[in-house]
Amino acid sequence: MSNGHNGAVVVARDVARRYGEGDTAVDALRGVTVDIAPGKATAVMGPSGSGKSTLMHILAGLDKPTSGSVDIAGTEITTLGDNDLTKLRREHIGFVFQFFNLLPMLTAKENILLPLTIAGEKPDDAWFGKLVSDVGLEDRLSHRPSELSGGQQQRVAIARALVSKPTVLFADEPTGNLDSTTSAEILELLRRSVEDYGQTIVMVTHDARAAAVAHRVLFLADGSIVRDLGECDAHTIHNVMEELAAA
Amino acid sequence: MTKVALRGLAGRKLRAVLTGIAIVLGVAMISGTYILTDTVQRAFNNLLVDSYAGTDAVVTGRGIDVSIDGEKPPPPPVDASLLDVVRGVDGVALATGSVLDERNTKILTAEGESANSEGFPTLAFGVDTDPAYTQFNPLNVLEGRWPASEDEVVIDAGTADKQDFAVGDTIEISTLQPKRSFELVGVAKYGDLDSLGAISFVVFTIPAAQELLGREGQFDAISVAAQEGISEEELVAAIAPALPQGAEVVSATAEAQEQADEVSEFTAIFRYFLLAFGAIALFVGAFVIFNTFSITVAQRTREFATLRTIGASRRQILVSVILESLVIGILASLVGLGLGVVIAEGIEALFGSLGVDLPTADRVFKTRTIVVALGVGIGITLLAGLFPAIRATRVPPISAVREGATLPHGRFHRFTPWVAGLVVVGSIALLARAMFTDELGTGDRLLSIAGGVLLLFLGVAMLSSKLVKPLAAVVGAPARRLGGAAGRLAGGNSVRNPGRTAATAAALMIGIALVAFIATLTNGMKASNREAIEEQIAADYVVTSTDGYTPFVAAAGDALAASPVPEVVTSVRSDAGLVNDVSTEVGGIEPDTIAEAYVFDWQEGDDSVLANLGTTGALVSSNYADDHDVSVGDTLTLRSTADRTAQITVVGTFEPPPFYPLIESVNVSTELFDSLYDRPRNRWTWANVPGESTEENRAAMEQAIAGYPDTQLETREEWIQREDADFNEFISFLYVMLTLAVFVSVFGMINTLVLSVYERTREIGMLRAIGMTRRQVRRMIRQESIITALIGAAIGLPLGIFLAALVNRALSEYDVRFAIPWGQLIVLTIVAVIIGVLAAIMPARRAAKLDPLRAIAYE
Repeated sequence: MSNGHNGAVVVARDVARRYGEGDTAVDALRGVTVDIAPGKATAVMGPSGSGKSTLMHILAGLDKPTSGSVDIAGTEITTLGDNDLTKLRREHIGFVFQFFNLLPMLTAKENILLPLTIAGEKPDDAWFGKLVSDVGLEDRLSHRPSELSGGQQQRVAIARALVSKPTVLFADEPTGNLDSTTSAEILELLRRSVEDYGQTIVMVTHDARAAAVAHRVLFLADGSIVRDLGECDAHTIHNVMEELAAA
Repeated sequence: MTKVALRGLAGRKLRAVLTGIAIVLGVAMISGTYILTDTVQRAFNNLLVDSYAGTDAVVTGRGIDVSIDGEKPPPPPVDASLLDVVRGVDGVALATGSVLDERNTKILTAEGESANSEGFPTLAFGVDTDPAYTQFNPLNVLEGRWPASEDEVVIDAGTADKQDFAVGDTIEISTLQPKRSFELVGVAKYGDLDSLGAISFVVFTIPAAQELLGREGQFDAISVAAQEGISEEELVAAIAPALPQGAEVVSATAEAQEQADEVSEFTAIFRYFLLAFGAIALFVGAFVIFNTFSITVAQRTREFATLRTIGASRRQILVSVILESLVIGILASLVGLGLGVVIAEGIEALFGSLGVDLPTADRVFKTRTIVVALGVGIGITLLAGLFPAIRATRVPPISAVREGATLPHGRFHRFTPWVAGLVVVGSIALLARAMFTDELGTGDRLLSIAGGVLLLFLGVAMLSSKLVKPLAAVVGAPARRLGGAAGRLAGGNSVRNPGRTAATAAALMIGIALVAFIATLTNGMKASNREAIEEQIAADYVVTSTDGYTPFVAAAGDALAASPVPEVVTSVRSDAGLVNDVSTEVGGIEPDTIAEAYVFDWQEGDDSVLANLGTTGALVSSNYADDHDVSVGDTLTLRSTADRTAQITVVGTFEPPPFYPLIESVNVSTELFDSLYDRPRNRWTWANVPGESTEENRAAMEQAIAGYPDTQLETREEWIQREDADFNEFISFLYVMLTLAVFVSVFGMINTLVLSVYERTREIGMLRAIGMTRRQVRRMIRQESIITALIGAAIGLPLGIFLAALVNRALSEYDVRFAIPWGQLIVLTIVAVIIGVLAAIMPARRAAKLDPLRAIAYE
């Protein structure tokens, strides 16, 4: 696993994203440059329309920037073809969605193992067992998503994202669909994965408490990074958000 | 990914079943057709094997090589003295002579009517029932014994059962002689067959058969068995030199093979006819599959996108969706295959109800049936599911994070209108070829039309999404005006996704177009039919055989002529012959009387040329004259089936309506005809009475032909009505077969509605939450369904009429009228509405049952 600048696992250089053309064009991102450090959780925050989701989609290879470059684990992804991107997703990227995105006809266990099944790899039983016990789903493995609570579904999703030991895990509003208690549990899980497994996490959120769990908080407004803070508490984050909203 | 595919299918069982049904019916039709025709073929083959089991060679008269519509007339008989000649040949162990007639015998019911079914023969046998010759006799006595004297007969078990005849009864049988009574001394069956279907038989003693059937001193065939160690070929070689000019010998195997080939040809035509309907059902089924898969793929956009984000490749997605269609295809085809057995029974019963009993044997289930049914069913499902599968691969991973993501269009989506345009152009090219090329044969023309029609349906279906908005505006107007809020919503919903509405309507459109096509075409044909016969026939009374088209014994016509009641009686003979070596139907007319009953539309000549017919003249139809480049003054060579030849000179040409000419294309006088043919038969006997037709003169004339019960006397009106009715029966049969295709469409509509209800769960929940009642929800769904059905009708009806016009043009040489059956088309539209209502029942119920709270929270 080769790293780029300063050992960063995700490197974005001057990434811009424009929608539409001419007079009606919208610049969702304007020349963003950022290095994501390994083994840390980075939160990306901002008011709606700030471009935070757009940034993450581009970092995660789901979207292509209008200009600029993105490196993941040393590979330039903006010019990759579909097959290579698919391989990248299997080896280096994990994803957690706001709406869980589990396959409704598979059991929790099957959902968790799905990335490996697709890649044709055999699961490491020891790793699987550890994951399952860490997310606390031992007695829920044979249940379908419809039989699980929101929090349990998101745990399954996190386990699914971690099972292939990805270089970086992207989380898109992971607590957006959960109540505060469950949110706290999920955030705790994410934090632990960084501490226990050294997992790199990039999380987009509008929830201050979620961002508080991260080691670094990036604030976006109008398509550019306006603040880059280290670990903050929820209160500070909240204040910054208000400041930005007032501007 | 296999698990994803299979598990996904299992979770959507209802939808999978509904989708599968689209294929089941088409496959069942195909499998049923094969089972039925294979069984019929096997029955006939068994018959033949039995017939020739104990025979090595067969001696018959030398017939001429003529065949009309694939049917060959039987060879002429040989002199009875030939039997001794044959017996004397070296290598012959046994030989026996027999009389066999397939045309002139009828068993009569207790009421005096002909007992057998329309168009199916009653065989008459005169066989030597001496035990020494049992190997030649395929018949087995079940009850009683063989006839020993000329007033004893044995008949087949099937007829005896149906007519409730028992051994010892007296029954009547008509032959070339007027009807006579016989004592039923036995009941027999043909080999192992329980029933020959509609074919019945009578066994006489040889002398009785010879007398009754005009074969005095003759045999129709001499069956020969070889001595030990002599092969069939050697036997044939030994016998041939001993035969006179007019006789020939063939090996039993060759004889059986020839007859088997004839049967094959008949069942083949029958088979293709039935398969065509199966193909139509499958075509419609393909639309349904395409539509259903398109919808389910669209609904699973997020699922596919998620799979892509966790590393599934496009190919894996493709394989997964294709796997689903493969599973549905396999299961549906298997069910269809089994259902085919039921369909085979059904078709058989259908034919039975039309009076056509097919011979039975054990159901034949050939490997070919399995291979074709499964191959076609699975193939069509895979093909139809291919395009949605490819669409599925186009889902970008980013759709996983977007709510309400829609399925992106395929890479070639922009080109769809162009492709559709090309398809339509291609279809028009094929259709134009069929219409305007002069040199095409009718068969080629119809094939061109079939191909063009297929492409036309495809092209129209592809373009139909453009028509949805304008059409929905029109057919949705009543819903919007009168249906209240539900109606307006329904109207809006129909145009929301024009592509989907169009695809749903397309399945129904095909069914409706085909029904409209048949209705319009046959309406024109009926009119032509009626016109044609009304134009030609001037007589007051018409005598035909009971089925209306098989020729009957000439003696019946003579019997009527002998009656004092009619002032004019004229008979028209008919048989196959070779005119200048080409197989032609030849007619025999009575020059003195024919013009009183038949209206000649003269081209060259007039009524006076009839007097010139004599024994050397001929009257030909203008079509014949054109086709063979013949005109008045030319000489033709006529060769009858009895191998007698005459030179005839054309004295006039006439122009009968090509749709239904009542007399043949080449006609000579009855005098000449009777001298050329043995046992001449009449196609018609027409009679005029002085003044009006009354009950009395009718009764008197019926009395005159009472000896020939296989004939019926009708007034001109009655006969014309009957011809109409026969036509109607055939049309009804076509409609029944088309119903299958319509059935499949209906399932397609139900399927789509169920899916769209499912897709709009949250929306419907919201509507309920803000106060829409269950009834209003049901009404909304129902209106949508009706609008979709009407769109299908709006496109299908003009399409069907257009196709009828095309086929009309293609059949222009038959001069078919074009008459749009407005009444029937209106009924068809109403049927479309009813279909819309019926298809909506289940989906509407489901929609109404949604619990608003759960529905709103539905993800």
